[in-house]
Amino acid sequence: MIRFDNVSVTYPGAAAPALRGVDLTVPEGELCLLVGPSGVGKSTLLGAVSGLVPHFTGGTLHGRVTVAGRHTHVHKPRELADVVGTVGQDPLAHFVTDTVEDELAYGMESLGVPSDVMRRRVEETLDLLGLAELRDRPIATLSGGQRQRVAIGSVLTVHPKVLVLDEPTSALDPGAAEEVLAVLQRLVHDLGTTVLLAEHRLERVVQYADQVILLPEPGAPPVVGDPAAIMAASPVFPPVVGLGKLAGWSPLPLSVRDARRAARPLRERLADRRPTPALPPQKTAAIAEASGLSVRRGRIEALRAVDLTVRPGETLALMGRNGAGKSTLLGTLTGLHEPASGTVRVGGLLPHRTPPRELVRCVGLVPQEPRDLLYADTVAAECAAADEDAGAAPGSCRALVAELLPGVPDDTHPSDLSEGQRLTLALAVVLAARPPLLLLDEPTRGLDYAAKSRLVAHLRALAADGHAIVLATHDVELAAELAHRVVILADGEIVADGRTAEVVVSSPAFAPQVAKILQPGPWLTVPQVATALGEGARA
Amino acid sequence: MTARARERGGLRGRIRQPAASRSNALHAGAWWLWALGLATAASRTSNPLLLLLLVAVAGYVVAARRTEAPWARSYGAFLKLGLLVLALRLVFAVLLGSPIPGTHVLFRLPELPLPHWAQGVRLGGPVGAEGVVFALCDGLKLAALLVCVGAANALANPARLLKSLPGALYEAGVAVVVAMTFAPNLVADVQRLRTARRMRGRSDRGVRALIQVGLPVLEGALERSVALAAAMDARGYGRTAEVPPGVRRLTAALTLGGLLGVCAGTYGLLAAEGAGFGLPVLALGLAAALAGLWLGGRRSVRTRYRPDRWGVRAWLVAGSGVAVAALMIHAAVSDPGALTPPAVPLRAPTLPLWPAVSVLLGLLPAFAAPAPTPAPAPGPAPAPHRSAPRNSKGAER
Repeated sequence: MIRFDNVSVTYPGAAAPALRGVDLTVPEGELCLLVGPSGVGKSTLLGAVSGLVPHFTGGTLHGRVTVAGRHTHVHKPRELADVVGTVGQDPLAHFVTDTVEDELAYGMESLGVPSDVMRRRVEETLDLLGLAELRDRPIATLSGGQRQRVAIGSVLTVHPKVLVLDEPTSALDPGAAEEVLAVLQRLVHDLGTTVLLAEHRLERVVQYADQVILLPEPGAPPVVGDPAAIMAASPVFPPVVGLGKLAGWSPLPLSVRDARRAARPLRERLADRRPTPALPPQKTAAIAEASGLSVRRGRIEALRAVDLTVRPGETLALMGRNGAGKSTLLGTLTGLHEPASGTVRVGGLLPHRTPPRELVRCVGLVPQEPRDLLYADTVAAECAAADEDAGAAPGSCRALVAELLPGVPDDTHPSDLSEGQRLTLALAVVLAARPPLLLLDEPTRGLDYAAKSRLVAHLRALAADGHAIVLATHDVELAAELAHRVVILADGEIVADGRTAEVVVSSPAFAPQVAKILQPGPWLTVPQVATALGEGARA
Repeated sequence: MTARARERGGLRGRIRQPAASRSNALHAGAWWLWALGLATAASRTSNPLLLLLLVAVAGYVVAARRTEAPWARSYGAFLKLGLLVLALRLVFAVLLGSPIPGTHVLFRLPELPLPHWAQGVRLGGPVGAEGVVFALCDGLKLAALLVCVGAANALANPARLLKSLPGALYEAGVAVVVAMTFAPNLVADVQRLRTARRMRGRSDRGVRALIQVGLPVLEGALERSVALAAAMDARGYGRTAEVPPGVRRLTAALTLGGLLGVCAGTYGLLAAEGAGFGLPVLALGLAAALAGLWLGGRRSVRTRYRPDRWGVRAWLVAGSGVAVAALMIHAAVSDPGALTPPAVPLRAPTLPLWPAVSVLLGLLPAFAAPAPTPAPAPGPAPAPHRSAPRNSKGAER
């Protein structure tokens, strides 16, 4: 269905080609997963399938890409629209109309499909994706998972043979991600659609893949093969594979179910051991405290009667579905929203009454889009501005950047940095004011495993240093690795608050893979298991 | 009794407006015709009671028939704009004086002496009751016009109206729709970046903060439009059908010739000497331009998904607006004293019976148009807001 013959792509002004020597075939009706670190050319490869590379992005494409027998070199993206459906990273940037039903019909209208066929296909797609109740809703009022499903539906109605998706689940909570993946499964099984998707969150998708394409490093040819074989050799792999490698299971399990079946001996070996508990912080004075906190945004009560205490040295993960109030809680701690009732205090101050200059020394927030924090056009200028804003000694932010992000030259433009580097720069900018309380909103969105593990190391060091850290995240693996405590929000209320192991192990949605495999044991991460086994071997 | 009751219920049920859904949605053009009819009526009178009645009629219909959709919220903005216009008109009348000669002086402002070349302009000075009343009526007329336009905006999805354009104009319509969805996104971006400024320890209030986020906001908007363009291209926007060159040339000739004809015809109608040939040339030009548009539509392969149908209810809604306009125009000719009461001498305005009754005709849509929610009790009860889901990450707020 999709064929690459010795394809290389070079963008104008780039020293090296973004893709080189790509030779691969995706057969019809397969779900094919594209993995690899950031900046390796995944988006370029996806774009080459839909014809956006090189027709839209520029650059030169050597070799030949064929989709359903059509050469993308000859056919423009709009002429491929009836065979390839593309959904980009941000579904909002994909929508042309303003209501769900019109959006589903838009592609067919462009192709000139007769109106009775359009009507039938819209109804079918509404049912297939479970969107029937949302049909008249304005798109602006949908949640993240719903938007992603509408975006997929809007390209499905033209009945494409190939579906190309760029990180479809990265921004979604675990439940919504399951929803989207279930839809993709159904397309592959029932309609025989060929699906090509790129995704960093391997733990969510790898078990559904028929084939994996691994781009190991920029300019290197891809490795194509069976998921289990590729995962065994890949530098990036989900925790379930990590555990399988550690325990020496063969064949390597990709899904929690397979791993559970193989894990009986391991569970018995671990039965009398306990993970070394993450050091709970001493009972010191709270750095942030909310009691009976309610916040209204417009007519909606975003938070209701929330009681929360954060102590120095503690890492807390805020979890819950999209729109549960996580960002509002972080915003309230930084004074963006005024409490409707109850009180919130950060370092003894009322955040919404404190001028920003003073507040940054108490609490720092790295927003969901780290780019929002960066204004200057070089890293050096950004650091100088951060020192001035924070009233820190000149050079202190630059020193932090050198420590967290070694090897970045002074004159780099912040938007030329990779996703992970930009996040680290924003973190350094926030840390310049030395706030004892650090808040991060969805920090691992778009990060590959390497960038994520660097971030985890930084945050651990900060927590050991006495910083209190609050993460709002959908990433259960990150929470399992970092957090001492997990707070789960639902509909603006706290529904669970306790030690990570206690809260997370019993929850179907928020349990990390290792916990699901080794239930009912209190294990959360592969390193924990590795340490315990290592101790066992020595004893 | 049951049979008769059922029969009566059946007849009533058929006449009663159905619950609004996509299939029976009123044609957007009908709402606009109705609103423009009311606006025309408002432009014909300066009687404050009639104007207030018009505003009340438009307001009642909006309250009874608007949906929960985002565009329906624009009505409040138009109301505020109307009040602002009214206030501005009053302030100018007080500060600059009014050409209306009056004998009832309310108060005197200190008058600013102006040089002789600015003769005829006055700053401050006596403020007459007649002048103030005249300005109020005049401002009210402008405000009523704005409220009528706002009502159309709130009741009809503007995007749906553009969808009814002929095929050849479709791409221009898409550009407008995209621009309209961009505006709320820009506002959201500005808010997000201003809150991010707070995190840098800078003030998020004031004009300076707004200016400093300008560049990043523009950058973001540009990136988003590039992404949207890529998505639209990949979804088949701009696919064209093969058209023989002869037809293409004919299209160009008809459109250009038609537009020239329209210009010449309009000139003929307006100029004193060409009244004879004006109308036929205008008609000919219009016909040629329309034919050109129709032919041009053959180049696009597009089809339309569930276009709005122009049914009986659309005729009723549009007709009521046209009737209000026609009756008011007639009244303005036959009874100018009642519709534009003189400002001097000062008198309490009276409500002329027949024009008032004709304005009430504009209420017809509140009964004829499909009702937005199948509410058990009629009336502008707001739909429960609990069902509206929260926007993720405050994308809209």
